[in-house]
Amino acid sequence: MTVSRDLMRHVHGWLLLTPAAILLIAFTHYPMVATLIDSFYSKGSAIRPSRFVGLGNYDSMMADPIFWKVLVNNMWFALGTIPVSIALAISMAMLVNQTLPGRSFLRMAYFTPTILPMIAVANIWLFFYSPYIGLIDQIAGWFGLPGHNWLGDPDTVLPAIIVMTIWKEAGFFMIFYLAALQHIPPELREAARLEGATRWYFFRRVLFPLLMPTTLFVLINAVLNSFKLVDHLFVLTKGGPDNASNLLLYYIFESAFSYFDTNYAATLTVVLLALLAVMALAQFFVLDRRIHYR
Amino acid sequence: MTNMGKRRFSLPTLLETIAAWGLAILWISPLLYAFWAAFHAGEYAIHFDITAPLTLDNFREALSQAPFLRYGFNTFVLVTMLLAAQLVVGTLAAYAFARYRFFGSNVAFALVLVQLMITPEILIVENYGTLAKLNLVDTIVGIGLPYMASAFGIFLLRQAFKSTPKELEDAARLEGCGMFGILMRVYVPLARPTYLAYGLVSISHHWNNFLWPLVITNSVETRPLTVGLGVFSAPESGVDWSIVSAATLLSVAPLLIAFLLFQRQFVQSFMHAGIK
Repeated sequence: MTVSRDLMRHVHGWLLLTPAAILLIAFTHYPMVATLIDSFYSKGSAIRPSRFVGLGNYDSMMADPIFWKVLVNNMWFALGTIPVSIALAISMAMLVNQTLPGRSFLRMAYFTPTILPMIAVANIWLFFYSPYIGLIDQIAGWFGLPGHNWLGDPDTVLPAIIVMTIWKEAGFFMIFYLAALQHIPPELREAARLEGATRWYFFRRVLFPLLMPTTLFVLINAVLNSFKLVDHLFVLTKGGPDNASNLLLYYIFESAFSYFDTNYAATLTVVLLALLAVMALAQFFVLDRRIHYR
Repeated sequence: MTNMGKRRFSLPTLLETIAAWGLAILWISPLLYAFWAAFHAGEYAIHFDITAPLTLDNFREALSQAPFLRYGFNTFVLVTMLLAAQLVVGTLAAYAFARYRFFGSNVAFALVLVQLMITPEILIVENYGTLAKLNLVDTIVGIGLPYMASAFGIFLLRQAFKSTPKELEDAARLEGCGMFGILMRVYVPLARPTYLAYGLVSISHHWNNFLWPLVITNSVETRPLTVGLGVFSAPESGVDWSIVSAATLLSVAPLLIAFLLFQRQFVQSFMHAGIK
């Protein structure tokens, strides 16, 4: 009796899990393994079938200047967007956590960019950045400043995209800080005021350390986003000029669907998977720390 | 929520109010600008004349140049089908993880969580190959399939099910409920806030998703709004700004209106989903 009940428990558990398991294996686990295998094979063609080349694709990747370029771009993109987004998110959360006039309007204004698709955001900002007729150049013109091809100049294209991404993401991160702030006991602020602490001192020594778990959570998500979000490149720059705004995932897309070299795309994907795995481990330890704070 | 006892208009509060409003106006101005451009004739795109006549021509023009209503229908079908599938698949799996200590459940759960990090958009190359073998390229089912099992949904629902008191389950069992009866009558109703939160996050995510739908679709009959908009506004097609703005607003309108109407639920859902 107990044996069969025990067995039924295992059977029921697995039966319930089966639909999810099939889908996850087919579209997450299998493709991860297949990516790794494909990265060891050469690009096949009608005359020359794909064959095992060992680390050949990795050798060509190491020698590929575009690969290094997109990796460095990804790093600058992350460094440019994340600290500013987080600083803005904290400021926004602290502002709307008080009883300021029009608080619900303020919260809506900060949060709205979050629910727009990146492709629509890019459409709107494309016009801001377009040379001479664009909004930014028009406004610059009122002050007698010359026009500039923001997205066509390798020096300004990445900063331009960074500014747009900050606009899109800061409000999203604000939500998590707002949730965290609402759990901070009000007595702390009272105590600090009685002790005569300045607001800046209170923020630096009390609030910011208490928000640390949220910051770590947001940080991991922001880094992930900086690798996953490339939609805007399709509208704004196509990775140009001369790959100055190209990012790793966009380069994977180009390799697979523009140059039809799926094996090289697989090799690049392995690098992306490795980067994400490192972050998964980081998150594991971060979440561990998070529990200690509680 | 607030920790200020009495409202006093001190200098810092005044400065903060000004800063908050300045930032807010800066933050919505790109969107307001898109509205301006969409409702005015092309020549007013950069001339802010308050007396400029309003017009719907840009919307009419956008609709005549590309089948946005069809795209909208595709997105609606995609998002509805996907959410339904995610809820069914996720509920069953979450129930297994929350209430059955079956053989290999810990390893299986770890394998599910892999998808939190490695989302389907990263595996576009291999997943395209898989869908080609299944003959599902350029179908709406094909856009949705890789997302139907959602690690995020399974995780959220498992948390919700775990916090359901065991006594309720025992009571239901005494009443003669079977496995599915307990799930449907006890666990699912009590997890309603989690379903709402997950539903809103899933809808906004898939309404806005672009890269995978772009890869897997190539016809008007399957393209969702984001891909349709991307194709429409590609720089080489050389359409004018007012029409692009109108098309952009058409694409975001349903979600934007829903957000403005149910702001509180949206914000709370994103909070709820992020904290768990």
